[in-house]
Amino acid sequence: MNSHILEMKSITKEFPGVKALDEVSFSVTKGEIHCLVGENGAGKSTLMKVLSGVYPYGEYTGEIHFNGIEQKFSGISDSKKAGIAIIYQELALVPEMSVYENIFLGHEIQKKGIVDWNETIKQSVEMLKKVRLEINPATKVMELGVGKQQLIEIAKALSQDVKLLILDEPTSALNEDDCENLFDLLRELKQHGVTSILISHKLKEVIGIADTVTVLRDGRTICTLDARNGQVSEGILIKHMVGREINNVYPPRPRSKHGEVIFEVRNLNAYNPKIGRTILKDINFNVKKGEVVGFAGLMGSGRTELALSLFGNPAGFEISGEVIVEGKKRDFKNPRHAINSGLAYVTEDRKGNGLILIQDVKQNITLANMKRISKRGIVNENNEVKQAIEYRKALDIRTPTIEQKVLNLSGGNQQKVSLAKWLFVSPEILILDEPTRGIDVGAKFEIYTIMNQLVAEGKSIIMISSELPEILGMSDRIYIVSSGRITGELSIEEATQEKIMHMATN
Amino acid sequence: MSFIQNVQKILKQNVREYGMYIALLAIIVFFTTMTNGIFISSRNISNLLNQTGYIAVLAVGMTLVIVIRHIDLSVGFLAGFLGAMAAIAMVQWHLPVVVVIPLVMSMGVVAGLITAFPVAQLGIPSFVASLAGWLIYRGALLLVTLKTGTIIIPNDAYNAIGNGYIPDITNLNILPGMHKLTLLLGIISVVLNIFNEIKNRQNKLAYNFEVLTMDMFILKLFFTSTVILGITWVLAGYNGLSWTVVIMLAVVAVYHYITTKTVLGRYIYAIGGNPEAAELSGIDVKKLTFVVFGSMGMLSALSGILFSSRLQSATTIAGQLFEMDAIAAAYVGGVSAAGGVGKVTGSLIGALVMTSLTSGMNLMGIDISSQYIVRGLVLLIAVIFDVSTRRRGK
Ligand SMILES: Nc1ncnc2c1ncn2[C@@H]1O[C@H](COP(=O)(O)OP(=O)(O)OP(=O)(O)O)[C@@H](O)[C@H]1O
Ligand SMILES: [Mg+2]
Repeated sequence: MNSHILEMKSITKEFPGVKALDEVSFSVTKGEIHCLVGENGAGKSTLMKVLSGVYPYGEYTGEIHFNGIEQKFSGISDSKKAGIAIIYQELALVPEMSVYENIFLGHEIQKKGIVDWNETIKQSVEMLKKVRLEINPATKVMELGVGKQQLIEIAKALSQDVKLLILDEPTSALNEDDCENLFDLLRELKQHGVTSILISHKLKEVIGIADTVTVLRDGRTICTLDARNGQVSEGILIKHMVGREINNVYPPRPRSKHGEVIFEVRNLNAYNPKIGRTILKDINFNVKKGEVVGFAGLMGSGRTELALSLFGNPAGFEISGEVIVEGKKRDFKNPRHAINSGLAYVTEDRKGNGLILIQDVKQNITLANMKRISKRGIVNENNEVKQAIEYRKALDIRTPTIEQKVLNLSGGNQQKVSLAKWLFVSPEILILDEPTRGIDVGAKFEIYTIMNQLVAEGKSIIMISSELPEILGMSDRIYIVSSGRITGELSIEEATQEKIMHMATN
Repeated sequence: MSFIQNVQKILKQNVREYGMYIALLAIIVFFTTMTNGIFISSRNISNLLNQTGYIAVLAVGMTLVIVIRHIDLSVGFLAGFLGAMAAIAMVQWHLPVVVVIPLVMSMGVVAGLITAFPVAQLGIPSFVASLAGWLIYRGALLLVTLKTGTIIIPNDAYNAIGNGYIPDITNLNILPGMHKLTLLLGIISVVLNIFNEIKNRQNKLAYNFEVLTMDMFILKLFFTSTVILGITWVLAGYNGLSWTVVIMLAVVAVYHYITTKTVLGRYIYAIGGNPEAAELSGIDVKKLTFVVFGSMGMLSALSGILFSSRLQSATTIAGQLFEMDAIAAAYVGGVSAAGGVGKVTGSLIGALVMTSLTSGMNLMGIDISSQYIVRGLVLLIAVIFDVSTRRRGK
């Protein structure tokens, strides 16, 4: 009997047109934190879905041994029973329900079908203590930030006596404090004998927390490395992941003189009637031609709301203030107006409001600019195909065909489709909201390169990002946003992580 | 790979699409054997298609409504009410048919826009908004027929819509007893279909897309041609193509074109797939909600016209349960309740499946209570089949 809690042997999983996993072997030692890394589309999520029974026994080939027994899960409920819990990047909580209802959703404490709410609340408090969340268990989940919601997901897993916890990109939507918090918790759980598998594209944090790292590439296991005694560096991981070395994360760009102001916002205020709160106050900023303007800040500081307010206000905020595009005052009544004036907005939440998952790659790419592929309202399908193929090539979107449903692409490739869609409208001012969330190092480099090309052509970019290195690496000028206000402006020369953090948290 | 294996593979890959056609075929074969061929007789098929007409046009409109994640329960009584309005316009206001039809269709559009208002502008669930419409139009129908009861329509031109057939070429002496123009139209559509398919295939080949292998392609052409010719042959043996069938096919063709080839169609499916993403892509979701409900209202009017002219009268309960038949037809035809998925041609097949069941069971003398149960089961099976093949497709 070895100390492996999990052994997956020669797992192969095929989708029509793609071999997502090709004889993958993967072993996890009891009580460790095991990180899984690899490029977008390498097969990480698929491997975890095989493990957790999302793809039931029979839909893949190979063997899974868990706790020393061969397992043939026919669904998630089987793997749950065995003690495996998986937490997806898209959280699976019911926003309208309270915290305690969510924690015990699906395994209610009951007697003959009658729920014992007192006991439920009592146990929820214990679970919340375990994840070190000090909140009232009756709080509705929708009132909590993503970081806390993540912890509730973990509390939910703990309430079911989990032995192996799988987290698929848990940190991509978390700020640094929440990340640290989460990692402390994982370390603590480790003390209590819970094993974790963590998928992440943030290699720094991987090195910080992992006991072991396994690298996948193109559906194959490349290597498994011991990360405990500092032998693993970002460089080594990247080399295994992409098969070559990448020295410069941020492609260099000649910081030339910027042109005149092309976009300006004056005294913008916004009130959200749905939650009855002022969300933006006295926003003033400008963007010059050929400039990348970074918007730094913590999650929830109001930057996405700002982007929505500028982009035709589809959320129905009550707005006052002035927006000036190329010297003309504009009052966008809807996103179409904004698009027609040369704006584009790559949303932060690609699944929620970015892409149409049930439609294919080409339809998603062309949707925001059908004019370009139609005449008098009739779509020219041949032209559409031609254009879509071009964009697929330009952004290196990995998909068997452009007729693949976006739903079936890996997270990072979905992000590229999202970007392609907005490049297709040939915008003058491109608003990017967390453009590299969930994207691997190689693809990040590609996206940054595209950004550089755009500004070289005289286009302007507004980049909202919660990752300070990205803000510092790509921006020409930085605005810092905190609680719906702009609390500072820094040129790239004067900006440092410390200064930004200071302004972002005051 | 052998021919048979090839066929099996193609069928397997497209179970969902071909499943419906196969089901319809199975139903036809079943009833034909059970009724000693009466079911497939020219007269019965002709009748069956005419009965499908007023449901099929509703199902086409309903497809779009469901695709954008809504529902319209008011269409049945709206059809009944507008049928009555057509009768009143002719009998009491003495308006000519050419005025009555556009008038009633415009009333339908207005009614659809009224249903859309609370849905699009105020965010009221369409189930509730259209349920209100269901009650209102039911009341309205009773109100306008209160004094007279059933209104008899004495207008031949109007009644021809639901009972008449296209004229024949009279001075030809071949094929006595057959409707020559119908046959000719059948042959023309076969030829057009073949040309169209070949052009499509060449287009796809030019882009290196996957196409059916040559033998499968020929098999498919052979199959569709046989079906079209078979149907026209059967119809030509009775009175030929009826105006109802012509109208129904025209509606399906127009909507098929709109949904598959136009920007408008794209936008409608985009809204169904993800309304928020659609909005942010610059699509006016509100406006298109009005458009879709407006078209639904117009097709309700058309359905009302087809039905009242078929009965040559407007009755006090006309349109009852039409909405349910239309919704069932759409679901049987593969429209997804989650939105964003569904074809108008599928809904036509769905409507044909449902009326074939009614017609076949009537011929077999099965009583109405069992008929409802059978139709309910078929609806259920169709939806289960649809959902499970969809899941496997993922
Ligand atoms: N349901 C599906 N149907 C078809 N192909 C799929 C499906 N799910 C995944 N794939 C394909 O399998 C491959 C592996 O995808 P997977 O989601 O496992 O990647 P990943 O390593 O998690 O990437 P990312 O870092 O971008 O999330 C990709 O090429 C993807 O397009
Ligand atoms: Mg993934």
